[in-house]
Amino acid sequence: MSELALRPPSLIGDVRAMIGRSVRLSARNVDALVTALALPIMLMLLFVYLFGGAIDTGTAYVTYVVPGVILLCAGFGSSLTAVAVTEDMKGGIMDRFRSMDVSGAAVLGGHVVASIARNLMSTVLVLAVAFLIGFRPHADPLAWLAAVGVLALFVLALSWFSAAAGLIARSAEAAGGFTFFVMFLPYPSSAFVPIDTMPSWLHGFAEHQPFTPVIESMRGLLLGTPVGNAPWLALAWCGGILAVSVAASGFLFHRRIR
Amino acid sequence: MPHEPAIEASGLEKSYGEVPVLGGVDLTVARGSVYALLGPNGAGKTTTVRVLATLLRPDAGTARVAGHDVVRERAKVRRAIGLTGQDTAIDELQTGAENLRMMARLCRLSRRAARARAIELLERFDLTGAADRRVATYSGGMRRRLDLAAGLIVRPEVIFLDEPTTGLDPRSRQAVWEVVTGLTRDGVTVFLTTQYLEEADRLADTVAVMDGGKLAAEGSPAELKHQVAGHRLDLTAADRGAFDELLAALGSRAVAPAGERLAVSVATDGSAGHVRALLDELDPARRVIARFAVHSATLDDVFLALTGHPTEKETAGV
Repeated sequence: MSELALRPPSLIGDVRAMIGRSVRLSARNVDALVTALALPIMLMLLFVYLFGGAIDTGTAYVTYVVPGVILLCAGFGSSLTAVAVTEDMKGGIMDRFRSMDVSGAAVLGGHVVASIARNLMSTVLVLAVAFLIGFRPHADPLAWLAAVGVLALFVLALSWFSAAAGLIARSAEAAGGFTFFVMFLPYPSSAFVPIDTMPSWLHGFAEHQPFTPVIESMRGLLLGTPVGNAPWLALAWCGGILAVSVAASGFLFHRRIR
Repeated sequence: MPHEPAIEASGLEKSYGEVPVLGGVDLTVARGSVYALLGPNGAGKTTTVRVLATLLRPDAGTARVAGHDVVRERAKVRRAIGLTGQDTAIDELQTGAENLRMMARLCRLSRRAARARAIELLERFDLTGAADRRVATYSGGMRRRLDLAAGLIVRPEVIFLDEPTTGLDPRSRQAVWEVVTGLTRDGVTVFLTTQYLEEADRLADTVAVMDGGKLAAEGSPAELKHQVAGHRLDLTAADRGAFDELLAALGSRAVAPAGERLAVSVATDGSAGHVRALLDELDPARRVIARFAVHSATLDDVFLALTGHPTEKETAGV
């Protein structure tokens, strides 16, 4: 009986302790942090200044590409969760946490919350650089709020998905391969070039993959253009990925520790 | 139930796929004692610890730790134990103090109490000077001490130490031994695994020799040493006839006879008196034994004596 009475507050306490841990580990993992920040900014400069002149999107290219770069950045940043989870599973620390009756959900949850904090910060940085090179959004406060909300939900879903991937990966290298896959996913989407300029066999994938509605929502919300049903599709994708990933990571965690 | 043993296991079995790792382990550990599981790599020591520490569910058999069943009352067992595994269980990127505070928070200590406990443990493990340095800068011995400290946040009833000194230099090993001795003074039950006979000898009240997923022998260090002795007397016979004579005189005491080298060993306590008595007994006419050498028994000798030699098993039961 007392066990049941103790559980809810202790789970919250565990998650808080784990968030503190994951945030400290993230902030001190300088290599990963620099990569997660420098890479999107370099890609943004690359696209705007090198390829941008040749790409006709009907607007200034920087305006078109920034939402895509934000998503690329957030996607890559979220996928790093896989590496952190793999490291934990590999070392002795998961055994100790478990012997202290700390649940797997608390450990994974800590990584996911740290991922959200890390990605919101890197988004601010990407936006700041975007402003410097001429990105001018036309969004009212409500639209900003909605954009941040969509982005946060996307990061939440993808971070849990990455946590599940981290439970499958047996080595940091394998988890790194997963981050590479996630970093490539935005290319066949509307992130950098309009989908109708792609070969027709790619349209089906590019239009219906999860990055596209999220990018379209961000673009519409930030630029004040019509968004259509993109935000709903984005919510459905993120909600679906989140639900599946949470369930899968629970299953994978218990299978892994047998 | 104050007289219930700290650990009680019977018939523990565990396989990974087709590979059997534990083949029926029975053991009992008295409260407040130090129990050492001695064995080579792959004997099943870590698996035993993982089952007893609730990290692994046994395929068969039962175990109770601190009075609770390790499968059905996992949460209660977890509240009563501390574990320091073979792999370091601390974060390289956090400082020593941060690691301990985090562990203390996870033990449901308040923020203030966690801070105080971390300072106390750092002091006790001689890490105060390194408290605010990242663990990545620590030496192997410092890491191990911090790792031990992290398993002692809430003064557990039973502590599991899986090969606590493997890979440590002699000074760090000494420090770990002092910690274990200190724990027993506090009345904590210690269950440790080791590959070193000397370590088991120094620390344990009861030593169990593990081999191939089973306990090959169990007893106090004195009892075990009586079986395998602390030292080994290597004898070389003068010729083939002398060798056979020597074997006959030794009977079941012969360890690792090697006919091609005319060599055979026998257990001894290493004292001059015992060696002299053995030599006199085995070779009263002083013509059978050509040479002899005495060396400390190694884990290999214990194994040879307890598991490798078929006749040795019969005497073990006497």
